[in-house]
Amino acid sequence: MSRIFAWGALLTGITFFLLPLYGMTDFSLRMRRGVYSLDAYRAVLADPQFQATFGYSVIMALFTIAFGILLVVPTAYWVRLKMPELRPVVEFITLLPLVIPAIVIVFGYIRLYNTSSWLPLTGSAMGTNILLMFGYATLALPYMYRAVDTGLRTIDVGTLTEAAQSLGAGWGTILSRIILPNVLGAVLSGAFLTFAIVIGEFTMAALLNRPAFGPYMQILGANRAYEPSALAVIAFAITWACMGLIQLVTRFSKHERAKA
Amino acid sequence: MSFLTLTHLEKTFGQNRVVKDFSLDIDRGEFISLLGPSGCGKTTVLRMIAGFEQPTAGGITIDGKDVTALAANSRNIGMMFQAYALFPNMTVADNVAFGLKVKGAPKAEREARVAEMLALIGLADLGGRYPFQLSGGQQQRVALARALAPRPSVLLLDEPLSALDAKVRVSLRNQIRQIQQDLGITTIFVTHDQEEAMSISDRIVVMNGGVADQVGAPFEIYNRPTTKFVANFVGTLNTFEVEVADAASGRVMLAGQGLTLPNAPLAARTGEKLSVALRPEALRLGRLPDAEALLTAQVTDVHFMGSVIRVKADLAGAAVSLDTFNRPDTPPPVVGSAVEVSLSGRDFILLQA
Repeated sequence: MSRIFAWGALLTGITFFLLPLYGMTDFSLRMRRGVYSLDAYRAVLADPQFQATFGYSVIMALFTIAFGILLVVPTAYWVRLKMPELRPVVEFITLLPLVIPAIVIVFGYIRLYNTSSWLPLTGSAMGTNILLMFGYATLALPYMYRAVDTGLRTIDVGTLTEAAQSLGAGWGTILSRIILPNVLGAVLSGAFLTFAIVIGEFTMAALLNRPAFGPYMQILGANRAYEPSALAVIAFAITWACMGLIQLVTRFSKHERAKA
Repeated sequence: MSFLTLTHLEKTFGQNRVVKDFSLDIDRGEFISLLGPSGCGKTTVLRMIAGFEQPTAGGITIDGKDVTALAANSRNIGMMFQAYALFPNMTVADNVAFGLKVKGAPKAEREARVAEMLALIGLADLGGRYPFQLSGGQQQRVALARALAPRPSVLLLDEPLSALDAKVRVSLRNQIRQIQQDLGITTIFVTHDQEEAMSISDRIVVMNGGVADQVGAPFEIYNRPTTKFVANFVGTLNTFEVEVADAASGRVMLAGQGLTLPNAPLAARTGEKLSVALRPEALRLGRLPDAEALLTAQVTDVHFMGSVIRVKADLAGAAVSLDTFNRPDTPPPVVGSAVEVSLSGRDFILLQA
């Protein structure tokens, strides 16, 4: 009886998730009347706007990932090593972006960093890009912090640090040669999640008026029929590729595999 | 002049004084064990020497240089940890080379030293393996090679054998001692295992409640413990109440038999009761001609441990343990039987608080 119930729940779940995906994919292939074709995909990929916005978002994602790693890895490491009693506080802070809507964050940014403020980041394209990157890093913070913290939990941070110190290593060497390589799988998980978030993010990019992929998807969705579905499938494929890469990285890393 | 000096070391965590006025002089090339129960402060002393904890008071000098305020990574001290602490992302060879690389040693020198160290620990062929591909004993040997590779002035061992099984523990402790003697490196070993400490140390520091209760050679610590704690913690002890018959000559009475204690004149007065102790091997089964007294004991339990048989018995109103060597032609005593036990006053230990 419980087996039937389990199968029923599984089938319901699969239907719930896969049916809309199937419908969207099917629709994206029906641009040419009467036959299946990749015309919608061709149209999207040939659009210079697609290339420009996607390229912009990829670059922003890479900068966000670099900034996130530089911010989160030393922070999570230091909290685990020296201030374990502060872990609940730091965890709470990193969870805030999940409960504060992106629109609130971006309005806060605009108010704080507008052209009449002491740090007028919105006064130039570069400044706004930097502001947007900070915004993306904030949105990705819950995922990045959790991934890194989970990675740090799998190693004996304190003893490895002391072992490295006894061998003459300073903090820079310990972080770059001992800690980071040992949580690389977790860092890459966080990085791919960040990538997926940045690629699909709409609110911040739209309100800061930057040419990102999210606003492009919205504009395309409002003006075309088949291309938005093709674009959504492409976005899904990118996200799944990121998740696949997380698995691959873990599988091909010898010492990571040992921890599993 | 001693090589490593700890002067009036103190360490306080909040309201808890973990190490109290701890002083110790260690000679160059000496193997010292800090022995004591959990929470006695032995690991804290070791961590202060390593530089992982800053003393609340007192000083540490190594080879005449005050290192009390020096950072851990500037002290040139090698350390082995209970949890091996090998870097999981590096091969065995990279682990051993790490300290040399940090110091900026040229590649050729590093490779030569790694080969030398791996040969020293008997793992010359395993340089390309990762830590997870090694057994616990092999990992700890690599940790030893890694600690020794940068030629540290002092080697600190923080219960490095605790996580290993009994057989590997014995073989590795012998290997550590052999290597330590070959290299002549000053070594401090923290353990709660008295057998381990006694088997490999030049001197043992028995710690209790943050202070050094007694410092001495293993023979001295075992046979002439100066405090009740040391006597009880190191080895097994049988305690008796005896009556002082003549304080000046050290004569006491136990179950109607006269015995002469070694520490005459006694601090207690004639007619007073005195607490004394005997090691299990000082109580000998059977009637021995050189023994001062012969008492009858009732066997309550027998533990066959291979080369040694430990017999538990009621003797002169006290529950005692006595050890006898196994002999294939002599079966162990039967539980419930009465046995004769020989003992001498010279083997007694007078216990102080």
